[in-house]
Amino acid sequence: MHSDSSPDRPAPVVVPSVVPAPGEPAGVLDDEQARELAARFPVLRRTVGDKPLVYLDSGATSQRPEAVLSAEQTFLTQSYAAVHRGAHTLAVEATDAFEDARRTVAQFVGAEEREVVWTSNATEAINLVTYAMSNATAGSNGAGPDSRRFALAPGDEILVTESEHHANLVPWQELCARTGATLRWVPVDDDGLLRMDTLDDLVGERTKVIAFTHVSNVTGAVNNVAAFVAAAKRVGALTVLDACQSVPHLPVDFHALDVDFAAFSGHKMLGPTGIGVLYGRGELLDSLPTFLTGGSMITSVTMERSEYLPAPTRFEAGTQRISQAVALAAAVRFLTDVGMDKVAAWEAHLGQRLAVGVSQLPGVRLVGPRPGQERVGLASVSVEGVHSHDVGQLLDVAGVAVRVGHHCAQPLHRRLGLTATTRASTYLYNTTDDVDRFLEELSGVRRYFRVDD
Amino acid sequence: MSALDQMYQDVILDHSKRRIGEGLAAPDESPLEGETAAGCHHEYNPTCGDEILVRVGVDGDRISSLSWQGDGCSISMAAASVLSEMAPGTDLGTLRIQIEEFREMLRSRGNHEPDEELLGDAVAFVGVSRFVARVKCAALAWVATEAALTKALAESA
Ligand SMILES: Cc1ncc(COP(=O)(O)O)c(C=O)c1O
Repeated sequence: MHSDSSPDRPAPVVVPSVVPAPGEPAGVLDDEQARELAARFPVLRRTVGDKPLVYLDSGATSQRPEAVLSAEQTFLTQSYAAVHRGAHTLAVEATDAFEDARRTVAQFVGAEEREVVWTSNATEAINLVTYAMSNATAGSNGAGPDSRRFALAPGDEILVTESEHHANLVPWQELCARTGATLRWVPVDDDGLLRMDTLDDLVGERTKVIAFTHVSNVTGAVNNVAAFVAAAKRVGALTVLDACQSVPHLPVDFHALDVDFAAFSGHKMLGPTGIGVLYGRGELLDSLPTFLTGGSMITSVTMERSEYLPAPTRFEAGTQRISQAVALAAAVRFLTDVGMDKVAAWEAHLGQRLAVGVSQLPGVRLVGPRPGQERVGLASVSVEGVHSHDVGQLLDVAGVAVRVGHHCAQPLHRRLGLTATTRASTYLYNTTDDVDRFLEELSGVRRYFRVDD
Repeated sequence: MSALDQMYQDVILDHSKRRIGEGLAAPDESPLEGETAAGCHHEYNPTCGDEILVRVGVDGDRISSLSWQGDGCSISMAAASVLSEMAPGTDLGTLRIQIEEFREMLRSRGNHEPDEELLGDAVAFVGVSRFVARVKCAALAWVATEAALTKALAESA
């Protein structure tokens, strides 16, 4: 029986030092500060079996600090009511809290309040854009003359990338199917990085939308937003940024990035599930047809027809996720208090430690940027001869929680010749010890499964 | 022995490498020589991406061959291999009882003493029943085989 469970320790990890970008405050987090932050997350105190939990799955969903949990509870126990309707005290307080939350989140991502639309998650935000474009094409749902810019016709092209999360791929496939537009994509190279050299040839007069991710949830690479935006501007295409893995981990300013739309989810940034954001450039949101319709988003309704409120409310049909928005604002305040530049620098450090450590393990393939190249605190690996589910099982028994599978990016995995990978992803509460625990367990996997026997 | 070692027993790790039955005996359901009927069935687990295509050849009331093509974790591949070793020569009724017993064992969360005489090497999968998330992995090939057999019999009826 392979009962010897003490794996070979990996060679000491040599980590390049993190140099803050020019203009960034020099302060970076360290292990002690990360440990102090982790202490504010109740769930991180638990054990798995008899092992302390090492949570390295924040790319899938992040944990929530006491401050976020209690903000939601305080709101629910003191001011909860329906918003934007009713004149009683609670309704007024709840509406204030809801709109304050919008202001807080807008400021956090360099947007105006009217540019922040609440959705359930990033997936819904992207679907909002694609269905609004269908409605523009069909001339329905408040599609006025200004909305023609969103209409598509056969021969038009939508450009995505081969590395997209299904959430930023499938809705575009469906939009193409509904409108006759053609889907094209920027390919990736053997490491899973975007072949930006192909961009010029792929973007032309027919390109109407360029939808791409800011940070890949599989490779951890930070994509060149400016190059996409420049290409789009050259031909008048709209840009749609999947900011799911960037807003939680990097300082992000949508006005500075100059994208037209962007989507992110609250649950990946210390906030609750059930709340996400669609950012839309002000003048675009004003002329975009609606997606969901019904109560809360109208001005006047007759039996024949209805008129709609201005953005962002016209996109928020039905009773909203009120306490979730309030809690998301608390999450944003938590992140702001720590400082996003510090979070980014710390996670870059952890990401390099992951990349360097993984590349020193025999028989383990690192996907994405090479050690030393820019990556966030995320690394996906493939262990030669061992399926990622078996890898994840071994790590779980050691208390190390990671994601296994295709991470909702099947085309990228297929292109890399893999069906599944094992992904470790960090957040501000992770320490270098957490990374080392992962590397240590990973180093014993091939032996446990007797790959070389 | 830890729960983990009970799941990844020697038999299972060996079978995950040996992969008995891997490589389809024929591309479709047309019976080969020595077969009275054949059936194919594809099973896919979208949550983890494990998949398998099983082909069962039947000769009268016995299984004549079981072959498969698939991709997945060690548990799913080993379960396909063990079944491929057991099934040929088994009469159809017994195979159905074996599949039922295997399923019951997997669902038991460790509370079912499997019939060793009936299941042979497949009792090694008893450790999987404590890992609820892996039960589907172990069941994949067996479920596919059951469905392939039903198709084979429907064809020949
Ligand atoms: C890059 C990326 N895009 C989109 C999504 C979808 O987010 P959600 O499931 O919260 O809508 C995710 C989350 O898994 C992601 O990582």
